[in-house]
Amino acid sequence: MGFALVMLIATLFFGMLASFSYLNPEFYNQYIPFYQLRPMHVSAALFWIIGGATSCLLFFKKEVSEEGAKRTIAERLFINLWMITVVVIFLFYSFKKFGGREYWEFPPFLCLPLLISWLALMVAWFKAWLKAKDYPLYVWMWTAGICFFLFTFLEQNLYQIPWFRQSFLKEVIVQWKSNGSMVGSWNQIIYGCSLFLMVTLTGEDSIARTKTAYYFFFLSITNMMFNWGHHIYNVPSASWLRDVAYGISMTEWLFFIKMLQSFKEKMDERRKFKHLITYKFLIAAEVWVFFNLTLALLMSIPAINRYTHGTHVTVAHAMGTTIGINTMILMAAMSYILRVDELEIRDKRWVHWGYYISQASLVVFWVSLIIAGFLKGTRQFNFPHITYQELMVPVNYWLRVLSFSGAFLLLGFLLMLKTYFKALRKA
Amino acid sequence: MGIKPLVFILLFTAYSGYSIFTYTFGTKAPSHAPHADALATKGKLLFQQKNCIACHQIYGLGGYLGPDLTYEMSQPTKGRTYAIAILTAGLNKMPNYHLKQDETDALIAYLTYIDNTARFFNNN
Repeated sequence: MGFALVMLIATLFFGMLASFSYLNPEFYNQYIPFYQLRPMHVSAALFWIIGGATSCLLFFKKEVSEEGAKRTIAERLFINLWMITVVVIFLFYSFKKFGGREYWEFPPFLCLPLLISWLALMVAWFKAWLKAKDYPLYVWMWTAGICFFLFTFLEQNLYQIPWFRQSFLKEVIVQWKSNGSMVGSWNQIIYGCSLFLMVTLTGEDSIARTKTAYYFFFLSITNMMFNWGHHIYNVPSASWLRDVAYGISMTEWLFFIKMLQSFKEKMDERRKFKHLITYKFLIAAEVWVFFNLTLALLMSIPAINRYTHGTHVTVAHAMGTTIGINTMILMAAMSYILRVDELEIRDKRWVHWGYYISQASLVVFWVSLIIAGFLKGTRQFNFPHITYQELMVPVNYWLRVLSFSGAFLLLGFLLMLKTYFKALRKA
Repeated sequence: MGIKPLVFILLFTAYSGYSIFTYTFGTKAPSHAPHADALATKGKLLFQQKNCIACHQIYGLGGYLGPDLTYEMSQPTKGRTYAIAILTAGLNKMPNYHLKQDETDALIAYLTYIDNTARFFNNN
C-alpha cells in the first residue's frame, strides 16, 4: 500500500512537471523533455491505480474469506515481483529506453514479469474465492476485474505476433480495444471496493445483493466489453464496430437516470456519515462519476465526438476518471484500512484541508481541459490550414490554468498523504 | 448452476467471440491495401523507440504536445520536405534527435505508409 501511495505522489509530481514542460518545452528539453516525463506520469498513474486497487483487494479478501493475516506465497510473489518490475520500468525511463506503446511506454519484455505477477495474484484470489462463504456483488466485481485485466493485458500485447501488426489498421483498432476495456477491468476492482465499504459503513448487507445491483453490474461489464468502439469513430474500421459501440454506450443513460433517482437517498445517508473521512471520499467519487458520465455520454455521440476526439476533452475524461473517481475511492478504501478516522483531530485536519484543496483544484483542472479541448477541436475544423503553433495559441492559455491547478492538486494530496503515511507507520 | 454464473459465462463467451470477430472481419484489409515495406517497418520501430507517441497522435491515440500525424504527409501545406526539415533540425518544441539520414528516411517511409493507409481506407 505504501508503494502505491508513493506512485500517487510520483503521478502528481511528474504530471505537474510534464504540464510545465508542455508550456516551456525549450527549457525542459535541455534537462528532462516532455517525451520522457509523460511516460513517467502515465506509468506512475497506472501503477498507482492498479497497485492501490490490488492492495485494497488483498486486504478485503481476508475479510471475505476469513483467511489469516499472514500473506500467502502467491501474494508475496505478486507484490514483490510487481514492485521490482515497476522500479526497473522507471530505471529504463530514466535512461530514455522506451517501448513506445500508448500507456505502456516501457520496453515490451517487461510485460512478462508483470504478467507472472498478475497470475500469482489470480492464484491468491481464487484460493480465497474457494474458501468464501458466499458471493455478494463485490466478490463478483473483483473476480470480473481480475479476469478481464488478464484478458486485456494479453490483448494489449497481441501486436507482438506478426499477424496482428501486418495491418496498421488492425494494430490501431486492437490497441484501442484493449486499452478501452482494460480501464473497465480495474474500474470493476475499484467499484467493488467502494461497494464493500458502503456495505461495511452502513451495515446494510442487502445493498450488495439486490436484483437491481446485479442488473447494473452486468450492464457495466457489457459496457466494458463492447463500448470501446467509441474511441475509433475516426478510424476507418468496419462500420458495425462503431454501431455496436454507439448502441452499448447509450445504455449508460440508464446509469445516469439511476444516479439521479438515488440522489435523495444519498443525501439522507450523507447526514448520517458526513463526519467520516472514508465516507467523504466516497461522496466525492460519486459526484465525479456524475460529471464524468455526463461528459462520456456527450463524447459518445458521433457528432460531438468528431470535435472532441484527439483533444484535451479526452484527457479531461481520463483525468476525471482516474483522479476524481478511482483515486477518491482508493483514498476512501485506504483510510478505512489504515483507520485514519481513529487518528487524532490535528492529523485528520490535514486530510480535511487537503481534501478541499484537491477537490477545488480538480474542478478547475477538469474544466480547463474541457475548454482547451473544445477550442482545439473547433479550431481544427474552422482553420484547417493554419500551423499547429497558431492553432494552439488560445488553447495554451487554458493549459496554463491547468498547470497551476495541477500544482494545487499536488499540494492537496501531499497534505492528505502526510496523515496517511503516519497511519501506515502505525498500522 | 445459478443464473448469475450463467450470465457471466454467456457474456464472457460473447466477448471472446466478438474479439475474434474484431481481429478478423472487423479489421480485415483488402489485398491491395498499402503494406509496410522494410523501411517503413524500421521507421515504425524507431517511432516507438524514440517514444514519438508521447507528443504525437495517430488516429487520436497519443500525446497532445505536437500535431496528429495520421494525414501529415498529404497535407498541402506540409508534406515530405516539411517533415524532413523538422526531423533533421527539430523545432522550438520538438527536440533535435540528431537522426542519421537512414533513420530520417525510415521515419518518413513510416509516416507515408500511415497516410496512404488512412486515405486508402477512407476512400474504400
